[in-house]
Amino acid sequence: MNDLLTIADKTFHSRLFTGTGKFSSNQLMSDALIASESELITVALKRVDVNNEQDKMLKSIMRPHINLLPNTSGVRDAKEAVFAAQLAREALETNWIKLEIHPDPKYLLPDPIETLKAAEELVKLGFVVMPYIHADPVLCKRLEEVGTQCVMPLGAPIGTNKGLKTLDFLEIIIEQSNIPVIVDAGIGSPSHAAFAMELGADAVLVNTAIAVSKNPVAMAKAFKMAVEAGRMAYNAKLASVKQHAEASSPLTSFLS
Amino acid sequence: MNTSFQSIFDTYNWDDTLASINAKTAQDVEFALEKTKRDLEDFKALISLAAKPYLEQMAQQSRLITKKRFGNTIQMYVPMYLSNECQNICTYCGFSMTNKIPRRTLTDAEILKEVSFLKEKGYDHILLVTGEANKTVGVPYIKHAMELIKDQFSNITIEVQPLHQNEYEELIQANLYAVLVYQETYHRAEYKKHHPKGKKSNFDFRLETPDRLGRAGIHKIGLGALFGLEDWRADSFFTALHLKYLQKTYWKTKYSISFPRLRPHSGGLEPKVEMTDRDLVQTICAFRLLDEDVELSMSTRESETFRNHIVHLGVTSLSAESKTNPGGYVIDPQSLEQFEISDERSTEVIAKMLQENGLEPVWKDWENRW
Ligand code: SF4
Repeated sequence: MNDLLTIADKTFHSRLFTGTGKFSSNQLMSDALIASESELITVALKRVDVNNEQDKMLKSIMRPHINLLPNTSGVRDAKEAVFAAQLAREALETNWIKLEIHPDPKYLLPDPIETLKAAEELVKLGFVVMPYIHADPVLCKRLEEVGTQCVMPLGAPIGTNKGLKTLDFLEIIIEQSNIPVIVDAGIGSPSHAAFAMELGADAVLVNTAIAVSKNPVAMAKAFKMAVEAGRMAYNAKLASVKQHAEASSPLTSFLS
Repeated sequence: MNTSFQSIFDTYNWDDTLASINAKTAQDVEFALEKTKRDLEDFKALISLAAKPYLEQMAQQSRLITKKRFGNTIQMYVPMYLSNECQNICTYCGFSMTNKIPRRTLTDAEILKEVSFLKEKGYDHILLVTGEANKTVGVPYIKHAMELIKDQFSNITIEVQPLHQNEYEELIQANLYAVLVYQETYHRAEYKKHHPKGKKSNFDFRLETPDRLGRAGIHKIGLGALFGLEDWRADSFFTALHLKYLQKTYWKTKYSISFPRLRPHSGGLEPKVEMTDRDLVQTICAFRLLDEDVELSMSTRESETFRNHIVHLGVTSLSAESKTNPGGYVIDPQSLEQFEISDERSTEVIAKMLQENGLEPVWKDWENRW
């Protein structure tokens, strides 16, 4: 079955998106990313030496079929985000941007108001905007309306590996969305990723859980398989838990 | 974003859709019944022939879900026909242009008389209905009528010819709350047969009406098919498809579904496809199982017995004592109706019936100053 994911003008075979932070070495990062078979890899703009074409991190990621997704991590408001995105477009020659605005340094929770503002502006400037947000169904619809190409709600606070703590809201978002829903942040194990895919998420983004595991290469592969399994289960349509109706007198006997 | 339902609708084929509904098995139905979130494939199973033996189970679930979401209440509304003038030919309608009936459009004084009768009955939500005669009952007339009565109702809904987006915007400014626009049938060729003349013969313009309403920012849109014109299973499916598309696209808008079955009128058209009471219950329950939140509305077209029972099965709003002729309440009770109503009980009797069944009739559920 040909089950590709399309975002803007790109199609992806893999529904596992990965990140580049927290690896113990560039070599390990590169090996893990190869094992993940991910085709979209996010890099923090603040970590890239944009003036250095030989930037080691970038060099260790780049391969054919790999798309770079710069993120605006570190910015605190819409104005800074738009500036960072423009810088990224110039430096990395891509108009794709993962919009992250978290003014809160402790939990790194995204600011919904600044994110919506920045998204609107960036869409107008011709960016493919992938906004990182709280699992807020109304915000997702507002972002869709301003023209973002997907939404990236969090499953749990970033880096916590707690899984889908926002489950009830993710379900609503997935049900309502006309654009791809990518669960970002909080996914700590392959089973979480599989669960997100079973729910109908279009993709997941995983970084910490791979980077800080004992064996990032094996873990990257485990995530790849989990995402595929979850997607396959979603397409095969899960049977669900049996519902029991309240026993009461027949409601349709008047028909006979 | 300027999407429209037509682009989705055009990817469907009527016969294939019907075939896929007919191919559903008992297993598909059981599968759908076990789920909590159901998709359109589940809906197909629930309206299929294979679901017939599961009707009681569907009804039990439908009742439970409706109670959970709406509690023990039923919203009351009443239609007021403002005019029977119409420049369309619709084969199933008493107001059809070629029908030789006296035509009448209510004057201000007549509207107010009818309104005072309905107010006394306790109604606070009103549905204004006209035929399609742009010169006499176009947007200016409708807007004027709304302004005339707006202080007396907290919620005004209209069922008139499809309008353009700017016209809807104008009426929303004047406190319009909801618009009902039924596609009648989603079968293109059959639609053409039943609407041979007049503006209504434009299938696509009608199909896109909810899109224009959504863009105009209306509070609520009512959808439905006129059951009897074509296969009710396929028409139900397309209504559900339309609903799901609209909910995703115009997510701030509420939706309601109505279930009109062909009724006798002067000039009478026999239903091409019969929809039995049992079929109608199945359809209503299937909509409830597909969507916990959608309002389901039942008019006085149906019989007393049917309505007494259907209030437990998923329906959330009800009309009573309706007249389907302009001036029918006090001005001209004898004039010819658009179609015959079936449940002729008075508002008081219906309200009492609801209360005896543990349901509260709700007269006001909106504030038009918002
Ligand atoms: S259904 Fe409406 S448009 Fe058609 S003839 Fe009757 S009043 Fe006119």
